[in-house]
Amino acid sequence: MSTAAALPTTQHAGVIERYTFKERFVHWFTGVTYLYCVGTGLALYTPHLYWLAFMLGGAPTSRFWHPIIGLGFIIGTLWMNNLWRHDMELTEVDRRWLDNSKAYVTNDEARTPLSERFNGGQKLFYWLMLYGGLLLLLSGMFLWFPEYIPRPSGWVRGVMVLLHEVAALLTIGGFIIHVYMGIFMVPGSMTAITTGYVTRAWAWTHHRLWYLRATGQK
Amino acid sequence: MANGPLQIKAISGHAGTAPGKNTSRDYDVCKLIDVTTCIGCKACEVACLEWNGYPFRETVFDNSYQTMPDLAWNYYNLIRFNEFEDENGNFSWLMRKDQCMHCADPGCLRACPADGAIVQYTNGIVDFQQENCIGCQYCVTGCPFNIPKFNKTTKKVHKCTLCSDRVGAGLEPACIKACPTGCLHFGSKDDMKDLAETRAAQLREHTSHKSAGVYDPAGVGGTHVMYVLHDIHHPERYGGLPKDPHVPWLVRIWKGPLKWVGNLAMAAGIIGVATHFLRFGPKEVEPEGHKPGENREEKGGGK
Repeated sequence: MSTAAALPTTQHAGVIERYTFKERFVHWFTGVTYLYCVGTGLALYTPHLYWLAFMLGGAPTSRFWHPIIGLGFIIGTLWMNNLWRHDMELTEVDRRWLDNSKAYVTNDEARTPLSERFNGGQKLFYWLMLYGGLLLLLSGMFLWFPEYIPRPSGWVRGVMVLLHEVAALLTIGGFIIHVYMGIFMVPGSMTAITTGYVTRAWAWTHHRLWYLRATGQK
Repeated sequence: MANGPLQIKAISGHAGTAPGKNTSRDYDVCKLIDVTTCIGCKACEVACLEWNGYPFRETVFDNSYQTMPDLAWNYYNLIRFNEFEDENGNFSWLMRKDQCMHCADPGCLRACPADGAIVQYTNGIVDFQQENCIGCQYCVTGCPFNIPKFNKTTKKVHKCTLCSDRVGAGLEPACIKACPTGCLHFGSKDDMKDLAETRAAQLREHTSHKSAGVYDPAGVGGTHVMYVLHDIHHPERYGGLPKDPHVPWLVRIWKGPLKWVGNLAMAAGIIGVATHFLRFGPKEVEPEGHKPGENREEKGGGK
């Protein structure tokens, strides 16, 4: 009994593919570009984190690359949207899951509704990053090229800085939870997003509806 | 201290305090521009270029005496010519020497995210330190007077230094030294205020400029460059001098409450997930076919 708990991801032989190479690549592409933008962005956001800019090549360098890498993040996100938008559609299954998300959060698996390939929380995080990213792109363009904003419309940039910071903070909130869950809360998910495979038990436990479909049991 | 007169009291994008915070020298320096005696000779422009070592810029003809449309990164100081006709059809030239106003509450410094790129000295001068500038141009957004100018090649922003290098050595700014009519004055803020009020009163009493007054806008805490204007009620006639300038409230929000709310939220988020892990730990995988929660019940609380 205790061995099973200590080796949660290897207790069942046999694995199942969860993410294709393309999906893993685009995940890490958006992840790395996002992380760079968060680092350089936070440096300019608050003086207490200005040291991040020095870690990332210096403050003028950060200012130069932040918008370019940010564009990379947007391109990656749109590509990801192309791959995942159907899988990410919120359905009745997700509504049930979200209504009972407290059970999921408290690891009360008995009361956690079953989920599809992605659960309701993952889908919310996905749409948060997509729409947050688009907001960051829109506002970011004004921050990138302020010299093309005519002076009488200078206040627009003030609005856009505010919007950029709020959108960034919202995505950071989701990102903190995403990283925490990927590394600490759901063992096996890091393996999934790096190698592409999960154990059958993992799929059964966390994404049963998808697992049953994928194995032809339903 | 070699630069005694230039002790710093405020630093942009800075997480700590500044050596001269909340202190003031015996006197703040101030430039007084009496636009009623300006003849538009541009000697101040030339002196500025000479002292700062910049070449004269190409002029742009626009059917007036205006030399060029705006300040530039290497042109800190520009006479704005405004052809003004009053309600009686009387024509006059309103000439104003336009440059950084060295606000007591500088919007550029508030908006700047780069540590040490903008400093304010205890004598009131607001100075850009280009070696620390990152080229984001937030200062342009923060400035109510449209002064900072961006150099696209070096990605640095420049503006009038109020000749901090000369003032620090006990000299007057170059433009003051060059003015042939005495319309430019330099001294302590208190002395310049006296001089300005005296001149404005003189204009009101002895000329037709019954609403002459001193431009020292309170919205930015007063400025270290003041004007005597013919008509204090219409500063916008002098080429876009704002009537009630203040640091944009949007800048105040993103440099004030939003910082604290965001910083606290991020810290709370990290503490929150760490606490969650301590309380609930990782999720466990159950073998296929197992009824959900069976493991859990078997273990009870003795885990």
